[in-house]
Amino acid sequence: MSASSTAPRHDPAYNFAFLDEQTKRMIRRAILKAIAIPGYQVPFASREMPMPYGWGTGGVQVTAAILGPDDRLKVIDQGADDTTNAVSIREFFRRTAGVETTERTDKATIIQTRHRIPEMALRDDQVLVYQVPIPEPLRFLEPRETETRTMHALKEYGLMHVKLYEDIAMHGHIATTYAYPVKVAGRYITDPSPTPKFDNPKMNRMPALQLFGAGREKRIYAIPPYTDVVSLDFEDHPFTVQKWDQPCDLCGAEDTFLDEMLTDDQGGRLFICSDSDHCNRRQTAGHHGSMTQDAAE
Amino acid sequence: MTGPIKDDALLRASGLAKIYGAQIGCFDVGLELWPGEVLAVVGESGSGKTTLLNCLAGELTPTSGVIEYRRGNGPMRNILEMTEAERRTLQRTEWGIVHQNPADGLRMTVSAGANVGERLMAVGARNYGDIRSTALEWLARVEIDTGRIDCRPETFSGGMRQRLQIARTLVTRPRLVFMDEPTGGLDVSVQARVLDTLRGLVAELGLSVILVTHDLGVARLLADRMVVMKDGQIVEDGLTDQILEDPQHAYSQLLVSAILQA
Repeated sequence: MSASSTAPRHDPAYNFAFLDEQTKRMIRRAILKAIAIPGYQVPFASREMPMPYGWGTGGVQVTAAILGPDDRLKVIDQGADDTTNAVSIREFFRRTAGVETTERTDKATIIQTRHRIPEMALRDDQVLVYQVPIPEPLRFLEPRETETRTMHALKEYGLMHVKLYEDIAMHGHIATTYAYPVKVAGRYITDPSPTPKFDNPKMNRMPALQLFGAGREKRIYAIPPYTDVVSLDFEDHPFTVQKWDQPCDLCGAEDTFLDEMLTDDQGGRLFICSDSDHCNRRQTAGHHGSMTQDAAE
Repeated sequence: MTGPIKDDALLRASGLAKIYGAQIGCFDVGLELWPGEVLAVVGESGSGKTTLLNCLAGELTPTSGVIEYRRGNGPMRNILEMTEAERRTLQRTEWGIVHQNPADGLRMTVSAGANVGERLMAVGARNYGDIRSTALEWLARVEIDTGRIDCRPETFSGGMRQRLQIARTLVTRPRLVFMDEPTGGLDVSVQARVLDTLRGLVAELGLSVILVTHDLGVARLLADRMVVMKDGQIVEDGLTDQILEDPQHAYSQLLVSAILQA
């Protein structure tokens, strides 16, 4: 592993980035159309990939289509670089494309993600690729694809608020915490993929290009750089993000998305940053949480 | 129906036909509806009433014919020549449909309050408190216990579902409502109460209604005017009491004489 992490090599048995050139061109056309119509779901001829649906086949195809030999790739799953999905997709591209990979958000040119947006603000020379399980935000309200497409075409979005109304009626507040629907560029209602709503504000006017790939559902959509992204809400129940009662136990950050980790069977638990790169670099820079302070003492 | 005799009809259909392959749904139908009028379409099962209603309401595309509607105070326009966007806007603002089976008109898996609120949100309401108070007001209006606002219609009886569907349709105060056997599946005492509610609301809101029913009793209670259909065609039209007291066409005579005498 240590050898491959310094000198990746492209396995010559594969075309660059696994997909053949015609397929990549087809995907790039879909991506261009998606960028031209922000938030609109563009159908594309999704290919079988050497991994099961639900493991990021859409995101992998988008990454393969835009990847160049000079790119530096970061892959995260639930914010972390060291989870199964992230490790295997990174290894996949090291082998099939020979590109350099990194865990550092600031060094990456392409970041493929599942379930999180990095805490660090992204730049306009970076691309964020989301893995999307269900691209249609109206799916659980209206099961017919013909009908949801018509609803998008005619901008008939009252139904989306019915879901938010139900949340407030049942729970007293909007209880949707992930895949929280957004309106992109004042037009299309879009599913931000199952990222926590904590990340929704980061999507608004993000300098980086955001691309979304849904492999099983065969859809690609995009949010171009500096595009308005508004989270839906009611006047008297405005959109809010999750908050925690305590800082990260490892780095002490108070403004990040925290994961709850059970540490034993006696109710012991830790709250730590889900963005592992962000947390590590804060610790390296000398920040401490309650856990790391104890260890130091 | 003593309005001035001039061209101020709200809806006018002419030469309307819907052909299903070799089967005729309805054929050469012409009718007019004036503002504030309740028109009953009666006839036996299979006579083309529902086909006609669905064509008029924009749910079915007729094979031929013209359906004109006066939107706001504008000129008459053929709804078949409107874009889908225009037609659907019309359907969710100025029009409403009450289906025979409430499950067809309700969202069974969201609460009663959300069912009533949906049309409000569809036309841009974005204040939860306002939507909720309007929903409460309408539940009370159709005599549903307001404590049930957060219950799903799955847990409602047939009569309550039909009342909920009526509230959901009327909440945006449409001008024209299409009703297909609104009391069809209900037992007689429940039917009477739903009819009573409907009659009150129609009068109060000044609704124009096209009502399809096989039950002449319902037509007598609600309708100002009626048309009698047989084999897909209108065989007689006139004032409700006129047709019930003095039917002219042989089929109308049969229909009227078939009413059980109390």
